[in-house]
Amino acid sequence: MADEPTKPTQASLNKKAATTTAYKPSGVSATGRNARSFAIRLWSVRHSRALEWFYAHFADIFLKLHPMWKAIGYQRAEGPVKFVEKHVKGFLFDCRMCGQCVLSSTGMSCPMNCPKQLRNGPCGGVRANGNCEVEPDMPCVWVQAWSGAQQMNGRDMILNVQKPVDQSLRETSSWLRVTASAAASREAAANPGAQQ
Amino acid sequence: MSQADTNPLDPGASLDPLPGHSSRGRLERILRRGEFAVTAELNPPDSADPHDVYERAAIFDGWVDGINAVDASGANAHMSSVGICALLTRMGYAPIMQISCRDKNRIAIQGDVLGAAAMGVQNILCLTGDGVQAGDQPGAKPVFDLDCMSLLETIRIMRDNSKFLSGRKLTSPPTVFLGAAINPFAPPYDFRPHRLAKKIAAGAQFVQSQYCYDVPMFRTYMQKVRDMGLDKECFILCGVGPLASARTAKWMRSNVPGVHIPDAIIARLEGAQDQKKEGKQLCIDIINEVKEIAGVSGIHVMAYRQEEFVAEIVHESGVLKGRRPWRKEPNPVDGMVAARMEEILENPRQMPHEMAGAVGDAETP
Repeated sequence: MADEPTKPTQASLNKKAATTTAYKPSGVSATGRNARSFAIRLWSVRHSRALEWFYAHFADIFLKLHPMWKAIGYQRAEGPVKFVEKHVKGFLFDCRMCGQCVLSSTGMSCPMNCPKQLRNGPCGGVRANGNCEVEPDMPCVWVQAWSGAQQMNGRDMILNVQKPVDQSLRETSSWLRVTASAAASREAAANPGAQQ
Repeated sequence: MSQADTNPLDPGASLDPLPGHSSRGRLERILRRGEFAVTAELNPPDSADPHDVYERAAIFDGWVDGINAVDASGANAHMSSVGICALLTRMGYAPIMQISCRDKNRIAIQGDVLGAAAMGVQNILCLTGDGVQAGDQPGAKPVFDLDCMSLLETIRIMRDNSKFLSGRKLTSPPTVFLGAAINPFAPPYDFRPHRLAKKIAAGAQFVQSQYCYDVPMFRTYMQKVRDMGLDKECFILCGVGPLASARTAKWMRSNVPGVHIPDAIIARLEGAQDQKKEGKQLCIDIINEVKEIAGVSGIHVMAYRQEEFVAEIVHESGVLKGRRPWRKEPNPVDGMVAARMEEILENPRQMPHEMAGAVGDAETP
């Protein structure tokens, strides 16, 4: 019954067993190991307002370049754009290339860095010091997201319910998708009835 | 037994749907009627014996309005929640099926929802689930295809729009009462009420909270929830549970994700002669404080490995106010099962081979 609560679980036995050899892997999950230092990621969250401003202008420029993308062909542009996007966002946010970026709704803290990949807010396991349940040394992505969102103009976007991740869009460029769909809706607004 | 919850024509028949209700379950009726609901958690067996489930459920007979069938809680492998629900509905209990996103992708989950609803499950609780590192198999692949919010939305779409997430049509939608979990005791504290609002927007109709040992903290959370008007939009059940000893409390605090136990609670347990008895008394005291908080519609008793105390706790705290929760619900297919029993007992077994005159065929060389 409940009088033997400190009986070791298998997980704790595994953790102990790992120390018997000289090599002990760092971190707990692949998500934690893929993250470089948290310093740059946290810097991005602290400067979420500036990054939001920058991205708004950047997206405008990208949209203005729509004729160029169209001339090159979005498919042909995807390779190089994806390369740049992956490395820029990878450097700033530890981007995981889910292909459907929600950084503007998550306080510039990438939710795919959450070991549970939650896109709608923190789970109930956040530690009292604000660190992750799975990776004890990692600051919870969603605690960061909440603080980042408070500084942004779109601070209420974090309250929107996000759709589940479309796994078929992984490793695609989110910038080009947003640009193409914005261009399409702009054209639809310019000449209504053309679609019908 | 509350008379309102029996079919006036035939007490054994299933209930008629009520306007504004999304399920035919009694938990929803009790909550919508404004009565204080009590739910409990069934400790899932590590066995393939159905009697283990029946025995564990029998303890709650006549004391609770719903039994939570947990889905591999703490990432430890146990009998599945679908399996437990199959057994419980067969015996006429009212299970609350938990679905955690850790182990199944959206294809499996939607299939399970339909299967559960077909078996007579009326309540589904959507959870994200603990990480695999917390359990007995830390090498498992964490799925987390949906999260609790998109899971809620998926089942709401299945129920209200009669469609799968893909848009494909269902011929008969699952009529379920949708629940979610809340943890007011983990940071970021000011986000937590907003997260509840998000869950309600996604489809949550009732929520069960994590273990509440810090009543002042819960009170401030409820204050914010009331200010946002959320207690009007969903039923909030506060999670409580007895602590077996100060050692258990310390162990839970450091090993179970998301459990917050203040030092004062541990000090109170340490100071007691009989720690187990004190743990139970502490649970009753917390219930008595919590039930007075405006906006709390019920309690969820999680007496892990102390299930035998649930009846005492519910009785001594007097939350039912003399109400006697329904023991066993009739299952819609009970009539069919009864007819089949009759057929088995009375009619001689039909031998299709014999009837076709093919009996001797197999024996002739």
